[in-house]
Amino acid sequence: MTKSQLIEAIVAARGYPRKAVEVAVNSIFDGMVEALQRDDRIEIRGFGNFTVRRYKEYVGRNPKTGDKVHVPEKLMPFFKVGKELRERINDGEAYAGDDSDDDDE
Amino acid sequence: MTKADLVEAVYTKLDGFSKKESAELVESVFEMMKETLGRGDKIKISGFGNFVVRDKKARIGRNPQTGEEITISARRVLTFKPSQVLKNVLNV
Repeated sequence: MTKSQLIEAIVAARGYPRKAVEVAVNSIFDGMVEALQRDDRIEIRGFGNFTVRRYKEYVGRNPKTGDKVHVPEKLMPFFKVGKELRERINDGEAYAGDDSDDDDE
Repeated sequence: MTKADLVEAVYTKLDGFSKKESAELVESVFEMMKETLGRGDKIKISGFGNFVVRDKKARIGRNPQTGEEITISARRVLTFKPSQVLKNVLNV
């Protein structure tokens, strides 16, 4: 599903004006990009959290040539799925993992 | 940032929508995404990233505290792959 298909699906399901759904979807993702840009964490209850993680510089290798390459420190977005969404995706099957660190719900 | 901030952003951009209606609109966006991913479909948002549901096979794990072997059941998990655009924006 692409962004435009997401917009269509919401229009079809809810009957909102297409223009309004377009504005909503675009400002949601624009707003989230801006938040991450200022290193703000995003918490959407039931969906998940987005945070910015800092990765240290390291010496990597070009897998084709084997040459050493210096990879500088970088910032990367990180998503942790929320409890409700995780359970919906997994159809509520039992988890062997430990959920005690789940700060989403 | 929470959903309330996103509601505020949508509210200021939409004429003729109340706060309550803006909140319902934002709610419907996340609800539709949850429904879609719940079915196992992926979502691709250009300029942001892709949400992909992956099937994981059952595997043997270990309780790190006791060393006891346990079977981790087969499951579906969600992964988020940020777009190159988003990665670039964070590293300017």
